[in-house]
Amino acid sequence: MNTASAGHRGPDVRSDLWVGLKLRTSGGIELAMESKVDFMYGEANRKLAVDTLKTLGVEHARVTIEDTGALPFVIMARLEAAVRRAEGHDRNAPGVSDRVPRLSCLPAPGPSFARPSARDRWRRSRLYLPGNEPRFMLNARIHRSDDIILDLEDSVPPADKDAALLVVRNALCALDFGDCERMVRINPLPAGLAEIDALVPAGVNVILIPKCESAEQVREVDARITSALSSFVTRKSSFDVFLMPIIETCEGMFRAREIAGASPRVVALTYGLEDYILDLGGVKTPAGLESLWARSQIANAAKAAGVQAIDTVFADIDDLDALRASCRAAKELGFEGKGCIHPRQVEVVNTEFTPSTEEIEKAQRIVLAFKEAQSQGRNAVCVGSKMIDPPIVERARRTIAMAVSFGRLTADWDKVS
Amino acid sequence: MELVKNALGRLVPNEVNGKPAVPFKGIGKHRPAGPKTCPPIPTCLDFPEDGNKVVPDLRIALERAGVRNGMTISTHHHFRDGDTLSLQLFDLCAEMGLKDLVWYPSAAFPCHAPITKHLDSGVIHHIEGSLNGPLGDYCTQGKMRGLGVLRSHGGRAQAIQDGEVHIDLAVIAAPTADQFGNANAVHGKSACGVLGYADADLVYADRTVVVTDNLVPFPAIPIQLSGTFVDMVVRQDCIGDPTKIVSGTTQITRSPDRLYIAELTARFIRDSGIMHEGFSFQAGAGGISLAFALYLAAMMKRAGVRASWLHGGSTRYLVKMLEDGIAPALIDGQAFDLDAVRSIGLNPGHIDTSPLVSYNFHAKGNYINLLDVAVLSATEVDANFNANVVTHSDGRLRHGIGGWQNCMQARCTILAVPAMRDRMPVIVDEVTTLCSPGELVDVVVTELGIAINPLRRDLLNAVKGKGLPIRSIQDIKAEVERICGKPSGPARDMTESSHDSDRVPSRKVVAVVKWVDGTVLDSVYQVSS
Repeated sequence: MNTASAGHRGPDVRSDLWVGLKLRTSGGIELAMESKVDFMYGEANRKLAVDTLKTLGVEHARVTIEDTGALPFVIMARLEAAVRRAEGHDRNAPGVSDRVPRLSCLPAPGPSFARPSARDRWRRSRLYLPGNEPRFMLNARIHRSDDIILDLEDSVPPADKDAALLVVRNALCALDFGDCERMVRINPLPAGLAEIDALVPAGVNVILIPKCESAEQVREVDARITSALSSFVTRKSSFDVFLMPIIETCEGMFRAREIAGASPRVVALTYGLEDYILDLGGVKTPAGLESLWARSQIANAAKAAGVQAIDTVFADIDDLDALRASCRAAKELGFEGKGCIHPRQVEVVNTEFTPSTEEIEKAQRIVLAFKEAQSQGRNAVCVGSKMIDPPIVERARRTIAMAVSFGRLTADWDKVS
Repeated sequence: MELVKNALGRLVPNEVNGKPAVPFKGIGKHRPAGPKTCPPIPTCLDFPEDGNKVVPDLRIALERAGVRNGMTISTHHHFRDGDTLSLQLFDLCAEMGLKDLVWYPSAAFPCHAPITKHLDSGVIHHIEGSLNGPLGDYCTQGKMRGLGVLRSHGGRAQAIQDGEVHIDLAVIAAPTADQFGNANAVHGKSACGVLGYADADLVYADRTVVVTDNLVPFPAIPIQLSGTFVDMVVRQDCIGDPTKIVSGTTQITRSPDRLYIAELTARFIRDSGIMHEGFSFQAGAGGISLAFALYLAAMMKRAGVRASWLHGGSTRYLVKMLEDGIAPALIDGQAFDLDAVRSIGLNPGHIDTSPLVSYNFHAKGNYINLLDVAVLSATEVDANFNANVVTHSDGRLRHGIGGWQNCMQARCTILAVPAMRDRMPVIVDEVTTLCSPGELVDVVVTELGIAINPLRRDLLNAVKGKGLPIRSIQDIKAEVERICGKPSGPARDMTESSHDSDRVPSRKVVAVVKWVDGTVLDSVYQVSS
């Protein structure tokens, strides 16, 4: 079995590549390429294909390529997937480690390659992108989500997990994700562990652990990251990789607190509603009473562990009013952000998890009144008819810090005028 | 025929289809003198006293019109991809043994692919009009006997009026007509809303035949097209496919990237101050050119700003803007969906227009000159803001010019385009085919940022500090090249050589692009299949 293929082709496919590959023992590389951009990039593509095969150690092969305008990072990922499949490190190979590239052929690093993130940055909105669909990734940054998630789990068919990992790895290297934090949702353990070895050197910021049920799983992922970082960090000393466990089972819900605190890499905790309801055997309703305990449990566990609580996704991409209501309900429970499955959801989510003008003004009044009271030796004060004490002031301060970081207030707002 | 360099350094033929052609001289430099063309004087003596101009069928009409070899016959694209009359017309011409006709459509659509057989057989000598799909390939592969002549809607009217194109016979499909030849597009199963593309033909053609599938008693109200210019009326069961003439409803693009560009375009119009009380804008039916208008209308509502008029391409969305009071007038060149067709019949503020009035450059002013902002697409834009709308980077003809060149006369012209399509750069070093000089392109909005033409210092100043992603076009082009790679290939080499006076392109010219004043702006070259 030295024949394999990878990638997508067909009339509706855009910006992708299909490779058919037959390894042989002699005859060199025989390349047949059809490309809609042949008149512009034909020569460059042929050279890239031959160079990639050489780097992957392939000397003799018959290669057929159908190109619908794939960028170089995609061309490299599809060729590598085909080579690995043909060599037998394919999806049918037993064992986890076989999914890990042994000989990698990484594209040239792009402008946001391995850009470090920060533990406490805002994670209001995170946009999910299917890992085996490179065309959605190119302009993902323009939709202004705080995070972009390249997904290897549910949006990727089982037969394409290996190919998706290579697309995601190469995209992390080559594409400009702007100011977005780069997240990858790996597959559930143990399969997902091996994916980490490819993602860390590609500069991933946050790994999402799906169907997480125990602190032990988090620690396993942590250890794998530490080991993968050991060679990478020598080049990027300030770089670190964070974790966001996703709790999707009843078992996981009960262990939420220990999961959130299982590793210093954990920066946020979230949950998956569909899988949880399935496990629970409940019925998903618009009011969501069936998941109220779980949602509160996640928010409380996160806050107890000192990490961010992030809400799950909202499935109806056309109903932005319902999305807005869902954001408000989440915010009331203590969540600080929400997942997005379509770019049009991002603006609503960002707006809802950013303090409004009224919230900011109220916070300013509270902080100023409290300052005034303190200068007179008091620790409580009334604003309007309401009693203001230290926890309320602390909440107001957080609102103001957020407003400052989103440019809604200047840092010296209380000194101006 | 000889190739000469025009004012923008493009090599163009000095003769087109046996007639002398004027190379482009620069914006506003060409001022033709002399009278407009005129049709022969008719007399009532030659027409039925009872005003009944109905003849039994189209073949008899063609015979009575005296159609001969080599004549120019015009048709119109009011039915867009649902047109069947043009095909029937040339099938009849073939049956009658006619040869070497010139087809002068106001636009061609995929449904016109069967015309290639009449080009092959010699019934049609060449087409002067937009060439895309199979007809575009036919032309770019060098199979057409004459040169393709690509004109804007306004340029088509100008060419008729200035006598560059003499129309021997105009055949006009009319959704409703009376026996005298009065017609409208508001009623009937083929209702398409507007009949303006036939205006210049109606006035200047030697003979005019109206073909309808809905003959009504005189007078056919509203009279959008006057029977005073009509020689004969034909009634037949079918003139087009109503399911393809207008869509039931227009859909907004769902592409997140395109919506982002549309929103950015609307923000630019707002933040530059173009959006002010009493301003005007043009909106189209597809993609970004419709989506931007929806974002803009929402911004206008929030700011309490009203426009004084809109120019369309109308859709149910523009009708809603009219009905919501976003603007009191919608001046409409073509209706794209059923709601728009209905609105023309009902809303007094919704009025039809024609290229002769809205777009004609050789006129006593035109509507587009009054327009504050037009948002258009393009296949390529180069570092000098020159733009292409007819060919893709592979040199093949893919789109007509439509009203695109005419809208360049608006006070602010915005090209809202993706910086790349798949891996094909849209922001390029140099356009494959020049369709508008860069000095008329004011702003280019892409997903990678907004480039303002340095000639528009006023716009650059207006948006300072407004938080818009303003960049130089060179900067955007450099990013596109970083993402896609630097393109190479024969199409590029050919374009580059066309600017080198010592090197003549090795490939044959197959079509020319005319500017709105009738001069030749650029050549389209043969591309092997």
